[in-house]
Amino acid sequence: MNLTLKIWRQKNAKAKGSFVTYKLEGASQEMSFLEMLDYLNTTLIKKGEDPVAFEHDCREGICGTCSLYINGRAHGQDSMSATCELRMSRYKDGDTIVIEPWRAKAFPVIKDLIVDRLAFEKILEAGGFISANAGAAPEANSIPVPREHADKAFDAASCIGCGACVSACKNASAQLFIASKVSQLALLPQGRAEAKSRARNMIAKADELGFGSCTNTGACEVECPKGISLAHIARLNREFLKATL
Amino acid sequence: MNKLNTKIPDGPVAEKWTKHKNKIRLVNAANKTKLDIIVVGTGLAGASAASSLGELGYNVKAFCFQDSPRRAHSVAAQGGINAAKNYKNDGDSIDRLFYDIMKGGDFRAREAFVYRSAEVSNFVIDQLTAAGVPFAREYSGYLDNRSFGGVQVSRTFYAKGATGQQCLLGAYSGLIRQMSLGKVTLYSRRDMLDVVIIDGKARGIITRNLVTGEIERHSAHAVVLATGGYGTIYYLSTLAVGSNASAAWAAHKKGAFFSNPSFVQIHPTSLPQLNDYQAKLTLMSESLRNDGRIWVPKQKGEKRHPNEIPEEERDYYLERMYPAYGNLAPRDISSRAAKERCDAGYGVGKTGMSVYLDFKDSIAKKGKKVIESKYGNLFELYEKITGENPYEEPMRIYPAGHYTMGGLWVDYNLMTSIDGLYSIGESNFSDHGANRLGAGSLMQCGSDGYFVLPVTIGDYLADDIKTGKIPTNHAAFEEAEKHARDKIIKLLSVNGKQTVTSFHKRLGKIMWDYCGMVRNEEGLKKALKLLSELKEEFWKDVKVPGTMDELNQELEKAVKVADFFELARLMCQDALNRKESCGAHFRDESQTPNGEAQRIDEEYSYIATWEYTGEDKDHNLHKEPLEFECVKPKARSY
Repeated sequence: MNLTLKIWRQKNAKAKGSFVTYKLEGASQEMSFLEMLDYLNTTLIKKGEDPVAFEHDCREGICGTCSLYINGRAHGQDSMSATCELRMSRYKDGDTIVIEPWRAKAFPVIKDLIVDRLAFEKILEAGGFISANAGAAPEANSIPVPREHADKAFDAASCIGCGACVSACKNASAQLFIASKVSQLALLPQGRAEAKSRARNMIAKADELGFGSCTNTGACEVECPKGISLAHIARLNREFLKATL
Repeated sequence: MNKLNTKIPDGPVAEKWTKHKNKIRLVNAANKTKLDIIVVGTGLAGASAASSLGELGYNVKAFCFQDSPRRAHSVAAQGGINAAKNYKNDGDSIDRLFYDIMKGGDFRAREAFVYRSAEVSNFVIDQLTAAGVPFAREYSGYLDNRSFGGVQVSRTFYAKGATGQQCLLGAYSGLIRQMSLGKVTLYSRRDMLDVVIIDGKARGIITRNLVTGEIERHSAHAVVLATGGYGTIYYLSTLAVGSNASAAWAAHKKGAFFSNPSFVQIHPTSLPQLNDYQAKLTLMSESLRNDGRIWVPKQKGEKRHPNEIPEEERDYYLERMYPAYGNLAPRDISSRAAKERCDAGYGVGKTGMSVYLDFKDSIAKKGKKVIESKYGNLFELYEKITGENPYEEPMRIYPAGHYTMGGLWVDYNLMTSIDGLYSIGESNFSDHGANRLGAGSLMQCGSDGYFVLPVTIGDYLADDIKTGKIPTNHAAFEEAEKHARDKIIKLLSVNGKQTVTSFHKRLGKIMWDYCGMVRNEEGLKKALKLLSELKEEFWKDVKVPGTMDELNQELEKAVKVADFFELARLMCQDALNRKESCGAHFRDESQTPNGEAQRIDEEYSYIATWEYTGEDKDHNLHKEPLEFECVKPKARSY
């Protein structure tokens, strides 16, 4: 199949970026989306041009390294799917595909389609953990956790930290990301001891880092490759409220 | 051989670890703050080690090539993590877990190490649970276990199909906490290029900042490598595309011995290669074999759609060859059988390199609903990737490189043959012998990182409390930095015509064909010749665009592939040396009449440990005899 690709090119963080159009011939519907980009890069290298920088690693939807805004959608048009899981069978010969990096103040572009997501680490540093030193843990079955809570905690914990929620949000809010951690740990008895400071501190840190506020549009939930529910934001809000009372 | 003192304590295997802990030297809390430790790699082993060392008071610098530690490849482990809790009251114990790992490794691992991992495994589960890992639970609220890897007990803890992700995120949260407390400094987007040795001791590393391209020097009193396995040497594997051997290989060239490099686990149920651009192989859970029947057409080069091939023209070869186990034959046996059929011309799919995994009979017998409830998500995944509906037509599968049991040699303290350089997790060779038991890799990573290394490293660092900061202006740093820079300049200056990836693919094919599932003398010798020719071509004709002073992903790849050429040679040398078959290492020349691996204990009951002697030169072999006090090596029978 032949494609027209409009790709954001930006030499480094300081450079001014722009879209560059590539005519790609000989791609195949059997490729994954990222393999299509690999193929583009092979053709660029052979022509002596600079290949497009993009991030990827596990290529099976679990590491959260890949990103990309594809035709105006985070991780492309498929729901519950990261860019690495997107297949070219979803496109047809002659299609034009626009590919951009995540756009958010807190995620500056490093090069081409790669952004810096270290702000997520900073948010977690503010409290996204249980302060349990190695060696001090009680026997694992000494604290039963109702299965329903454990399952919900798992759903929240399935966040892969990709940043799609932020990039999909018109406010560039990190609320779903924060909620996934706060909700996971609030649902587990082991996490209750620090629940108050966790909610408060993580939200304060996100504000400080330039993430926007949540206005409950739900775009994050739609684009989340793991389908993390807005209900976790509701739980975060309850935890936050409890912490500030 | 003095360098290879295993430091395994005397006494009964069950008492060794306790005895050792009681005897080794410790560093007191105040002195720990004077000591710096570098941890390279932030998977389950690296993250748990870095956080535990930080908790103890050491100053830790953690390095990863990813943008965040949370993305390290432990994240992709699916099945679970073993521990000898005996929560199911089914007769499990530390001894039984120990025995299962020894047997799974086909009696090519050290008893003392395996026992220790089994012994510590229970604490790993406690620790991860305390850290908030949402392991699966029963309605009682207590933790659930499942049976995994063909053992007789249920001892595998799991978090749906994402156990690795959840365990890693648990360890990562501990790492994050130590970062917030200032005890761990994170250096992400860094490739380790070399280890720096001063007066025979590992005192730092050279890294490349992958964003700016800057070559950096980092010093410490000890260096820990938790850099994972090297299965990506095959190009296509189930591993993350970025996984590589370069840090371990740099250490090897500086004097860290490498053990059993040819021991690679091949996973039997991966999706097959669909096209030439494919970058990785996706693992499909092995559980599919419980209900799927594996077959190929009886006629070579069959072109008909599988649904049009009548029953009598299908060869259910596993059921035919191994009637007792049928489609559930062990991983290595079913992998080799698939390869044999495809090589003989019976393979299916466009490339002819896959076999059918058919659910037709199970669906007819149990109903679509039952199959859907068991494998629904896997069927969806399959359809998403291949565009074929496994409810309507058979899946196609093929084996893929998955886990490397080989790695850096370590002693009982997990120290390599370089003083002050440690290796933990998949990067060392220590726990899995010639094959790894399912759900054993997370267990080893957690054991090494949380509970073994943080204790044993004190024994070495006790000598360093008065050393003071290690300066980075020492000549050894200078030299290592220059060496790293020269290699990069050399790669950039070739300016040939072929891409790095094209070389990696060809290298991978040589390794897959001759040093993969089945090895023999002729093939391995041929591989050595082909490797040396391809390496020469690489250094003459590789094209690495761009410069070293910028984010340059092609350059990153080139550095890794250059190292793979050298490691590939050693893997073949190791496979050539070991004329027996054992575990995942299958030599054509050494098989039982029904095609199973034939160990030769009289000659090969040893760990093959290799010493680097210079580029393109044969390595020196050191044999470490395996001593069995508790288990009796038995032949496997299926």
